[in-house]
Amino acid sequence: MNFLNFLISGVSLGSVYAIIALGYTMVYGIAKMLNFAHGDVIMVGAYVCFFAISRYSLPPLLGVLLAVLLCTVLGIVIEKLAYKPLRAAPSLAVLITAIGVSYFLQNAAQLLWTSNPKVFPSFLDFGETGGIELFGGQLRVSYITIVTIAACVVIMLALTAFTGNTKMGKAMRACSEDKGAAQLMGINVNTTISVTFAIGSGLAAIAGVLLCSAYPTLVPTTGSMPGIKAFTAAVFGGIGSIPGAFLGGLLLGVIEILAKAYISTQLSDAIVFAVLIVVLLIKPTGLLGKPVNEKV
Amino acid sequence: MKKFSKTLALALALVLCVGLLAACGETGTQGGQQTQTPETPDDEGAAAVVIKIGGTGPLTGGAAIYGNAVKNAAEIAVEEINALDGIHFELKFEDDQHDAEKAVNAYNTLKDWGMQISLGSVTSKPCEATSAETYADRIFALTPSASSTAVIELDATADPITYKDNQFQMCFTDPNQGSASAQYIFDKGLASKVAVIWKNDDVYSQGIYNTFVTRAAELGLEVVSDTTFNDDNAADFSVQIADAQSKGAELVFLPMYYEPAALIFNQAKAAGYAPAWFGVDGMDGILTLEGFDTALAEGVYLLTPFNADSTDARTVAFVEKYQARYGDIPNQFAADAYDCVYAYYQACTAAGVTADMSAEAVCEAMIEQFTTMSYDGLTGDGMTWDVTGAVTKSPKGMVIQNGAYVGLD
Repeated sequence: MNFLNFLISGVSLGSVYAIIALGYTMVYGIAKMLNFAHGDVIMVGAYVCFFAISRYSLPPLLGVLLAVLLCTVLGIVIEKLAYKPLRAAPSLAVLITAIGVSYFLQNAAQLLWTSNPKVFPSFLDFGETGGIELFGGQLRVSYITIVTIAACVVIMLALTAFTGNTKMGKAMRACSEDKGAAQLMGINVNTTISVTFAIGSGLAAIAGVLLCSAYPTLVPTTGSMPGIKAFTAAVFGGIGSIPGAFLGGLLLGVIEILAKAYISTQLSDAIVFAVLIVVLLIKPTGLLGKPVNEKV
Repeated sequence: MKKFSKTLALALALVLCVGLLAACGETGTQGGQQTQTPETPDDEGAAAVVIKIGGTGPLTGGAAIYGNAVKNAAEIAVEEINALDGIHFELKFEDDQHDAEKAVNAYNTLKDWGMQISLGSVTSKPCEATSAETYADRIFALTPSASSTAVIELDATADPITYKDNQFQMCFTDPNQGSASAQYIFDKGLASKVAVIWKNDDVYSQGIYNTFVTRAAELGLEVVSDTTFNDDNAADFSVQIADAQSKGAELVFLPMYYEPAALIFNQAKAAGYAPAWFGVDGMDGILTLEGFDTALAEGVYLLTPFNADSTDARTVAFVEKYQARYGDIPNQFAADAYDCVYAYYQACTAAGVTADMSAEAVCEAMIEQFTTMSYDGLTGDGMTWDVTGAVTKSPKGMVIQNGAYVGLD
């Protein structure tokens, strides 16, 4: 029964990683850049939702929508100001810029909202226990976990359908394959990448709300560590692969919790990263990543 | 393939770098932010003496909450003192971003400015670095909150251990808190089986943990569960809670700051585990955490020198002023900083320090004062210091009842 409980904890932690990883992997898959500021957009989303609900007493759903809206705008602004001028620059320059944006967001948040922690309102804790109890209360699955996993699956399916079937989705895939050729075919690469960022940042807002619902302490650095873990999860699952991000996130969470429970709370991170290294040695493109054959 | 693995290698390298940065307390990018309390116009004539006080602390980055609390409270104290006759202070507080190297740079800026006495650094690691500098430069330093013993020790490997003669602390040292907590739990008969959850990348938590388990073993308290976390996995505590619960711990000792503690209370409630909780001074602040359901902290014991809800007239005045100016309830870091400035006021007045005295002369006068004087402040009455620089004051046992701290003794 203990093992099952740990498994459930692992899945709930993993589902939070997974939802963040979806945003990472989507931007990477299309724009071919690692948006290290993703974790901090999550933090901004969580703050917006926190202020909407706690300070201005808006209904939770409206708070979430507001967070999605503002983060989408923020994502577009960041892309226009920071990444667009570097479209032709080497990928290293873009990566460093992304880290700069990440620090900028953290420090701006600190100036705006101070570094004092805030506790996120628990509007997903329905009822007395905040979860479903099984086997006479011995097992407990919280509603937040269920909502997070459901959100992951919905987003995953929606993203797959979007990139596979819509015109914009096709443009995205074309940009991902070859930006130059896509432009020659009449695709507006800049707009396509802006839309990618808009969607990625909107997802970040949802991830922020779910992250802070599960672990309700909110500070300006809230997004950075889960962001890095989620990036690891995305690489683990095969970066650029949408189902891979989901799988990678869940596995990472489960491994982390089980390592803590059965090996050592001190060494759990070392074990998680050791597993990552082993997976990448055996399968360099990650669990579900497609091997890329570069043609000369 | 080649291009892909290159990107991946690069990305992984960056992750490690970012992880490293995060481990160093999430340093920000803003450089040396300065603040200066304006000198009060000197209209009492030539008699006014202005002493330059400097200090460093994290004003930006992940630990900014502590640095800003100290800076804000020190500013209030300086302002109050400057409104009185007698000795006046000029305060300059530099950002160190909770980074030892930046703290030394900030310290050098302060030295160039002409600092005569120092508030050291706010957090332990940077203060270890600046205390070596103040020791070498013969500048007296009284840190509000850097509680590690390494701050006051000169040579910890010597037998007996030698101490820096001009580095003093306003806060308890970490070992004191650990053993005092174990003693308190034992004396009050709060539990016989205890669990400890501590933060293994934090000297503060580790220092308290080490002496707690040593003292607990001496007293016959059984530590049945001993689990850790760190900055990178401070979100999910289900495993630690399950371990304490399954081993039948009646009390869980939490040597940590209140942010992770708030998560632990939340997750323990979800797991249906309701032991007695016991915190240390870092737990102070949990009730003022914005949006926190104080019912979760009901019955939490803590040993802390400062209580913002106290009805003591000085504390009430300080809390009101702080809240009016900065919008937050002051934590114990703020109270310690306020006390530091007033302790300096008392010592400087008694020693007859004048503005033209060199830092070295002030240092000698301060060493003499601090080792002989007794000081009453917000964080305790009748505080005294011994030659090592450690403070003697009695921690107050508190319990949280109906969302407020209630004194136990």
